[in-house]
Amino acid sequence: MAEQILLSVQDLHTHFELRRGAFGRAGFVRAVDGVSFSVRHGEAIAVVGESGCGKSTLARTILGLYRPTKGAVFFEGRSLDGDLRWYRPQVGYIQQDPYGALPPFMNVHRILEEPLLINRVGSKAEREQQIREVLEEVKLTPVEDFLHKFPHQLSGGQQQRLVIARAMILRPKFIVADEPVSMLDASVRVEILELLRGLQRSYNLSVIYITHDLSTVRYFAERIFVMYAGKLIEKAPVHELLKNPLHPYTQALLAAIPDPDPQNAVTFKKIPPGEPPSLVNPPSGCRFHPRCPAVIAGLCDKEVPPEFEPSAGHSVECWLYR
Amino acid sequence: MRERSEVRNQAILSQGGARPLLRVEDLKLYFRTSAGVVQAVDGISFVLGRNQALAVLGESGCGKTSLARAVLRLLPRNVHTYSGRVELDGVDIMPWSEERFRREVRWTRISLVAQAAMNSLNPVLRVGDQIAEPLIIHQGMDKRNAWARAREVAQIVGIPTDFLQRYAFELSGGMRQRAVIAMALVTNPDLIILDEPTSALDVLTQANIMNALKGIKREFQKSFFLITHDIATSSELADHVAIMYAGQLVEWGTAEEFYPNPLHPYSQKLMASVPRLREERTLDFIAGRPPSLINPPPGCRFAARCPSRFAQCDHEPPLIEMPGGRLVKCWLYK
Amino acid sequence: MNAIRSGVRQLRQYPSALVGLGIIVALIALAVLAVVILPYSEAIRLWRGGEDIWQESPRYAQPAWLNLFAVKKLPETIVVSTKGAFVKASPTETAVHRVNAAKTRADKTVSISLAFDYRYDDFPTELTLLLEAKYAELLPYVALRWRTPDGREISLGERKLKANERYNISQDTRLERRLGQPPEVGLFAAAGRQSPLHGRYELRLEGALFEENSDVDAKLIVYGKVYGLAGTDHKRRDLMVALLWGAPVALAFGFIVAVGTSLTTLIIAAIGAWYGRWIDGLIQRITEVNIILPTLPILIIVGTFYSRSIWVMMVVITLLSIFTAGIKVYRAIFLQIKESPYIEAARAYGASNLRIIIRYMAPRIIPILVPGFVTLIPGLVFLEASLGFLGLGDPVLPTWGKVLNDASNNGALYKGYYYWVLSPSVLLMFTALGFSLLGFALDRIFNPRLREL
Repeated sequence: MAEQILLSVQDLHTHFELRRGAFGRAGFVRAVDGVSFSVRHGEAIAVVGESGCGKSTLARTILGLYRPTKGAVFFEGRSLDGDLRWYRPQVGYIQQDPYGALPPFMNVHRILEEPLLINRVGSKAEREQQIREVLEEVKLTPVEDFLHKFPHQLSGGQQQRLVIARAMILRPKFIVADEPVSMLDASVRVEILELLRGLQRSYNLSVIYITHDLSTVRYFAERIFVMYAGKLIEKAPVHELLKNPLHPYTQALLAAIPDPDPQNAVTFKKIPPGEPPSLVNPPSGCRFHPRCPAVIAGLCDKEVPPEFEPSAGHSVECWLYR
Repeated sequence: MRERSEVRNQAILSQGGARPLLRVEDLKLYFRTSAGVVQAVDGISFVLGRNQALAVLGESGCGKTSLARAVLRLLPRNVHTYSGRVELDGVDIMPWSEERFRREVRWTRISLVAQAAMNSLNPVLRVGDQIAEPLIIHQGMDKRNAWARAREVAQIVGIPTDFLQRYAFELSGGMRQRAVIAMALVTNPDLIILDEPTSALDVLTQANIMNALKGIKREFQKSFFLITHDIATSSELADHVAIMYAGQLVEWGTAEEFYPNPLHPYSQKLMASVPRLREERTLDFIAGRPPSLINPPPGCRFAARCPSRFAQCDHEPPLIEMPGGRLVKCWLYK
Repeated sequence: MNAIRSGVRQLRQYPSALVGLGIIVALIALAVLAVVILPYSEAIRLWRGGEDIWQESPRYAQPAWLNLFAVKKLPETIVVSTKGAFVKASPTETAVHRVNAAKTRADKTVSISLAFDYRYDDFPTELTLLLEAKYAELLPYVALRWRTPDGREISLGERKLKANERYNISQDTRLERRLGQPPEVGLFAAAGRQSPLHGRYELRLEGALFEENSDVDAKLIVYGKVYGLAGTDHKRRDLMVALLWGAPVALAFGFIVAVGTSLTTLIIAAIGAWYGRWIDGLIQRITEVNIILPTLPILIIVGTFYSRSIWVMMVVITLLSIFTAGIKVYRAIFLQIKESPYIEAARAYGASNLRIIIRYMAPRIIPILVPGFVTLIPGLVFLEASLGFLGLGDPVLPTWGKVLNDASNNGALYKGYYYWVLSPSVLLMFTALGFSLLGFALDRIFNPRLREL
């Protein structure tokens, strides 16, 4: 089991200092606040949460773009600290806004060559070969038509394919995809998700798929982590979680997502009141307790719930399952 | 040509009952750009009854926002063609002067929740002032009464009264969107146009806003014209659904009939690309891109991407009336 | 890169830009022409040369082409010389006649006739006779006579000749007293007449030579009132030298400083925005201090106490212009670019800081940099001219600013030498106009938000 683990995250905290003036410190934004999990080889994991819950910070910390305040990330047993040049070619990054993710003044060829040049991969001919291969993999074909195009000459879907190609070109073992389809039209989303899924399967990639949209998750991931206010409050296999959500927040999240159904127009949804808490001064105890319909007074508002595992592989941070 | 467009308009225009709230006939809005004339809205007709919600669905760039702007006559400077008939309560308001339109229609009868309006709230006005502003500008109400009304509306959309004293940047995205809806509601219009009202919001907030809109529709008998690319969310409000493709209406029907059983191949593909949370089904997608609106192809505009294309698709199909009053612009149903 | 290409294509839609571009191309052509027809060393020799180089051109002469529009034709300079009969002014016929007769081996006579046709409606400015004598010990002796077209003969005296003799006829006060008016007038007009007689004038030189190898050469210069394409200044120098060479100097100055400033500003702004913290703070503080430093006084101090070399000035101006408002503008844009997802992606695949700054951030500024750079040039050209005007121009180079400085020092406008001020000013204005027209059009092309719908 242990050798199957590709990435492991242990008690990860990423805090940002809020400055006030030159010397004052207003506090910390606890964007990621005590997160532990591990990712196996070839496993796709979805991290689901609302905006501001810290999921993008988690992604960037795993990518080594932010340094953790506490805790650590291990990739193949090696800790991510100090010089990360060894780690860069191992991990690909797919971002939300495909147009913003591409330098507008570089053409497709140049965009794909940059990671190779920076990581000193191959000779010129080998690089050329790799660029063509990866373009074919993401189905930007015929390759010749695309090599000299600039990002603004591509459609949103094609731009996102190019972003995926760039993430894949160093042949990483691990991909972090932060909302890869949320800015695309519905008709294109599926196409991109299927492409990602296909690449993940054929290269046995491990993927962390960050999203706010639970409805796309079942088509992509094996496990879901639900994130709320800097913490992973529930972790379960996809089907298990969709069928049997344990945390009251997960339950609310699932209830809030509509399927196209005319019945929706005549029913009102039961949605917990309020807004996600501030990450500067999160509530004491369970961070969901001020909105929780099942709050246990004297417990949920005082003690931070530990991780319970009511059934194998399905864990939840909620006092209801103590 | 003219004759056929009469025919296809009659079919849809007979839907709204005796005196619908809004009746739009052969509405066209073309823009002049450096690349050519963009036919953003190309002869659209529809009817919207009182206390009804019509959802206009389509991919980005299909002309749905332009349709909203055309109805509310919020036109950019590079307009090439703006024609058709827009009847409000049986009166054609197209010939009205800009001044009369501004005074008697915009915000008085029809108001707009523009796309991403929550991000363009005035940062130096208090939220309450902002909500009261349409009353002061469009109806010349004094500030005290306007604020009283703003408080009333804030309650309806679910903004705590003490939030009215705050500034937009102090509010969360959901609260700001509620404020924008309150601005649209404050003048008590008959019709509210919602352009992607929830697309930038989180799932829970989105559900909350949809709940609020449903409540408003039920309690105050408002009509809604909902423009969105999010099909699942549209089902939360819509009584009727119109599918737009490349500047044209390709399907029109009631929500009960449309969502379970779309007719047009484009609508079917679109529905098949919507991921479902509660049922297991394989997803489909539409290969290719919508045609350019500068020189749209003759014939059916979806033909190039259509799986059921046949010879007749080289000619433009009419809007064909199906049993039960559904309309579909596709030769398959002739 | 494609932005630049499409920018050029769009340029055609702006007539003002095409006019600007036309002016710039013309200026560049002028600069190239200057360097080709008048090589640097030659230009410097001419410009720094004194009376010996410019002895055949008049002082304060107007451009010759003005005669085309004038009813009263102003005289050009006429040179009649025994050493190869050459003619400075084409429409004037001159004749040189010389008879050397030997009475004995050591006793000879020489008779030289320097004749020219004078057909102008105004008097010359000066008359000078240059005499060159060859002898061992005994000086040649000559008598000079002036003959006018109406047959009058005026004696210009007799004299013993040394090796090089310069007889400034127009400053001969005795002659002036005799004629009752300045010689350059009296020798050309009958008493009481306001305009010179047209016709053939002749200076006759009759001389006695006392040695076997002794000989005399003479050159008569009748200084006119017009000269060349650009006229002359107080030192008889052809202003064309300075006007021609002013173009490459001004353009090179403007271009080099603009490139140096723009690129350095760009890189420094990017470094500040990227690294932030104290580096950014330091750059900001330097900029704030520099913005309130007065440029011109600093340049005057440098020019007065250190060096007026154009290179020194260029370096000082570049240094002073790096930390200016541009840095603040670029920094603001870079701070935005820094947050772009594509920068984050570049970090994720391991791009170094330097690579991100140069390859990923700097190119985004080009649409702002290029128009800014083009509009920067006229200011610099003016600054260079101002330095020249203030007497802080490069001590060697002929520049437009220096022409203006000379004109000002010699009261050109009071004395009516308007051409002296006008021609460099017009060139300066055209330079500014050309670059401004192009720069503003580029700004509209690269920053479409400025464009009207």
